[in-house]
Amino acid sequence: MNLETIISILQNSWPMFLRGAYMTLAIAVISTIIGAFIGFFIGIMHTIPMKSLSLKTVLLKIGNFLLTCYVEIFRGTPMIVQAMVVFYGLYAYGIELNRFVAALVVVGLNTGAYMAEIVRGGIVSVDKGQYEAAQAIGMNHVQTMIYVVLPQVARNILPATGNQLIMNIKDSAVLSVISVAELFFQTKSVGGANFKYAESFLIASIMYLIMTFTATRLLRVMERRLDGPNAYKVDKESEGQIQ
Amino acid sequence: MTNVIEIKNLSKSFGSHEVLRDVNFSVKKGEVVCLIGSSGSGKSTLLRCVNLLETPSGGNIIYNGENILDSKHNVEQYRTHLGMVFQQFNLFNNLNVIDNCTVGQQKVLKRSKAEAIEKAMKYLEVVGMAQYKNAKPRQLSGGQKQRVAIARALAMDPDVMLFDEPTSALDPEMVGEVLKVMRMLASQGNTMLIVTHEMEFAREVADRIVFMDKGVIVEEGHPDQVLVNPQHERTKEFLKRTLKS
Repeated sequence: MNLETIISILQNSWPMFLRGAYMTLAIAVISTIIGAFIGFFIGIMHTIPMKSLSLKTVLLKIGNFLLTCYVEIFRGTPMIVQAMVVFYGLYAYGIELNRFVAALVVVGLNTGAYMAEIVRGGIVSVDKGQYEAAQAIGMNHVQTMIYVVLPQVARNILPATGNQLIMNIKDSAVLSVISVAELFFQTKSVGGANFKYAESFLIASIMYLIMTFTATRLLRVMERRLDGPNAYKVDKESEGQIQ
Repeated sequence: MTNVIEIKNLSKSFGSHEVLRDVNFSVKKGEVVCLIGSSGSGKSTLLRCVNLLETPSGGNIIYNGENILDSKHNVEQYRTHLGMVFQQFNLFNNLNVIDNCTVGQQKVLKRSKAEAIEKAMKYLEVVGMAQYKNAKPRQLSGGQKQRVAIARALAMDPDVMLFDEPTSALDPEMVGEVLKVMRMLASQGNTMLIVTHEMEFAREVADRIVFMDKGVIVEEGHPDQVLVNPQHERTKEFLKRTLKS
């Protein structure tokens, strides 16, 4: 393994690496967003207060049971297996999914299963006093969630969501089993063509690192943005006296 | 004077533990009522039952002649008529000071943004917090938070203000600023129901003092009567203990 070989591989095959990286990034970002939506939906469903026994609460319980099944199945099986089952399973029924769409479905559902627990934890950890204050000014459950609880949850789970994004950047490599042309798959093709597997995958690993590192930094910036400035402007014009 | 809130035979149990037993009392328009009693006497629970943060196990709550425990009654609508101030302030952590005071007006009362801001600023000025309108709750001291919480409640134009031990979580030096605001509100004819441990304050502002013990109202009346010349043994005992410290 030497630098010259690496440079020559890059010269010959850089478009393939870039296309692979682009695909990896697209899958990771889009499916993390899909997963976050699924997670919020399930987290909210799981925390709706059930007061009296009515048709609504029975339906809610059945719905929640099904959602729990989904979470357990997707958290309890390897994503590589899920990819095979979804893609070839649908294929057996004559449905040939676009491979990119299949990738989004698998990674999205997988992320959703993890995010469901993260969001539920985020909702539960919001102080009870926040709910009470919202109720006390006359907000109903939906308003309380939208204007008070969920904004706090979104901020609190941002680090965990970032973690999911980084995992998705890396773990999308398993999608090569259904021939999704992401970075791992492309690198394998490059290596197969030039028989320089070690060098090709060294390039791939550096590209993975650049993506994950950048994602981490960007999320930090986003966190700080959401927190707002630490200082606040005191309005000098209005008096600070209790009237 | 008419009763704004009337409570009849109210009871509340947590499991087998009876916190309130057959409580009857009322608050008249413009009246300042202080609920006193030792910890666990049920005074906070009573206050929380009034705006249904706790669901009473039995009895009736009549607001302006309507029974609000009637299942057909709109609870959210009823709560907008009561302003609540909590021991732990409970400002919305995700919103700055001004938004804390406008979110309820806009989303619940459907006021326009301009109207909500005008009203919020008016009350923030009353409590001396207008200059901090852009601050987040985490940037404020306890006393400042509580003053904002009072402004938030007032901005909804409630008929009755409920205070649940508003100074108990404050450093001693910040108690004064909050009590000052409350004194002013009391003098302006606001209807107030206050759970407090500040006896001096209660004596000064209350039109009526209600002493509770073990889930029942033991004694109620004018501050001079209840605090200076209590009739019941339990009231005397309580006052001896609190006034000594």
